[in-house]
Amino acid sequence: MFALAVVVGFYVIGHVHHALHTPLMSVTNAISGIIVVGALLQIGHGDAVVTTLAFIAILVASINVFGGFAVTRRMLGMFTRG
Amino acid sequence: MTATTAASAAYIVAALLFILSLAGLSKHETAKSGIVYGIAGMAIALAATVGLASRSLSASGLTLMLVAVAVGAVIGLWRARQVQMTGMPELIALLHSFVGLAAVLVGWNGYLSVEGNLDEQTEVAPDLLGIHSAEVSIGVFIGAVTFTGSIVAFLKLSGRVKSNPLMLPAHNLLNLGALVAFVALTVVFVLEPNLLVLAVVTVIALALGWHLVASIGGGDMPVVVSMLNSYSGWAAAASGFLLGNDLLIVTGALVGSSGAYLSYIMCKAMNRSFISVIAGGFGNEGSVSADDRDYGEHTEISAEDTADLLREAKSVVITPGYGMAVAQAQGAVAELTRKLRAKDVDVRFGIHPVAGRLPGHMNVLLAEAKVPYDVVLEMDEINDDFADTDVVLVIGANDTVNPAATDDPGSPIAGMPVLTVWEAGHVVVFKRSMNTGYAGVQNPLFFRENSRMLFGDARERVEDILRAL
Repeated sequence: MFALAVVVGFYVIGHVHHALHTPLMSVTNAISGIIVVGALLQIGHGDAVVTTLAFIAILVASINVFGGFAVTRRMLGMFTRG
Repeated sequence: MTATTAASAAYIVAALLFILSLAGLSKHETAKSGIVYGIAGMAIALAATVGLASRSLSASGLTLMLVAVAVGAVIGLWRARQVQMTGMPELIALLHSFVGLAAVLVGWNGYLSVEGNLDEQTEVAPDLLGIHSAEVSIGVFIGAVTFTGSIVAFLKLSGRVKSNPLMLPAHNLLNLGALVAFVALTVVFVLEPNLLVLAVVTVIALALGWHLVASIGGGDMPVVVSMLNSYSGWAAAASGFLLGNDLLIVTGALVGSSGAYLSYIMCKAMNRSFISVIAGGFGNEGSVSADDRDYGEHTEISAEDTADLLREAKSVVITPGYGMAVAQAQGAVAELTRKLRAKDVDVRFGIHPVAGRLPGHMNVLLAEAKVPYDVVLEMDEINDDFADTDVVLVIGANDTVNPAATDDPGSPIAGMPVLTVWEAGHVVVFKRSMNTGYAGVQNPLFFRENSRMLFGDARERVEDILRAL
């Protein structure tokens, strides 16, 4: 599954327009905020230390998810045709 | 259907939506639907995870979780709204560091709740503990390298530290030593998991990430940022292995490989190998020393004369570089474009793939200044047209328009694909002074017969031209 995803990743980006590299990067950045899932499954299980670390992880990864998608939308909204 | 299988199904849907999202982002026409797919995928993934986690969670645990998400969401949306488009490289670097930090924390938690809690833990079967320990170590390592690497990139891009490459003696040996130490410590950690070894792995990885990016110079930043983008994906994938979570593995691998491919495109655009970028900036062997070659005299031009040139031109190409962003000249440049187009002059832009400090950064700046994207062309699309172009305006670009790359096999940038602006009738170069560009290479373009230098702040000079028109 891992290998499959690697291949798909290469393939999907293969023909991307240079003009869209920045939005592409900020959207992949938002998507890599998926790490929040890991921390969501850890919070509240185990001791206070685990929960504290998971809390911080959820917080920073959420900045990524929400900030990343919002800023990509903002950028794409600026591109207009002549 | 149990909650677990429902969550697995949701994860597959989310992963497919992420693939559609990346695919959509490859063209202007489909980009906006691409982002919708991405948001939908994330919403499904988050809902499924919260649903799954809440089954075994106390009310206080659930509250903490939602508070963390809400605070992160508010900060993220606020930053996204506030950020200036010229500050986009810093923001993206900072966001990468968050993924790295989260991966480190998730890895540490993996240790604390399994290896550090052996008597009570039921997550990992005893005979698989070794694999789990290795996954913890690898996940923490990649996360920590991403974290400090992105922090340094952020500091350099935002000008808080100098962007010159840091050159420690034997820096390649230091990197290699860090890798060897990491492998050795991982073996130790698998055999005998303990807090001290994990702490040492974390510190080594933090130092390695710091050193890696500190020794890369400002002009290589497009590669560095997309490389860190790739690392943040691998960090998420490593956490996925650690937690046995397929969504994290698939999504992380997707981001990791797409980021790696993007870095490869950037390297090709500079005709440099990935390794040579990682290993440090240009001219490490002392080739930066000023050469004594006689390039001849450069000729200056005034803003008024440039305006005259433009008035008589039929076709104009503008090639912007990082200097345009630094001078915040994109608004004035866009205004000039509108004015000339209104006079029926054919104005187009030629963008080098590594112009600026972030791949595609110039395109975003021009889009913000309301330049329509169909006149903003890639290097390959415009290079054949320079011979038929009357006037080229080079604004804040240097190495990307250097004829030495094609003419002089001895040049440090020999072989790098460049915009062949010198084939045009007239070339006007906007520049602060005669200093060399990032690569430290003199640019023979400035001394060509059809080249004119327009010195000063790019924005003020463009505004002068606007007044003269």
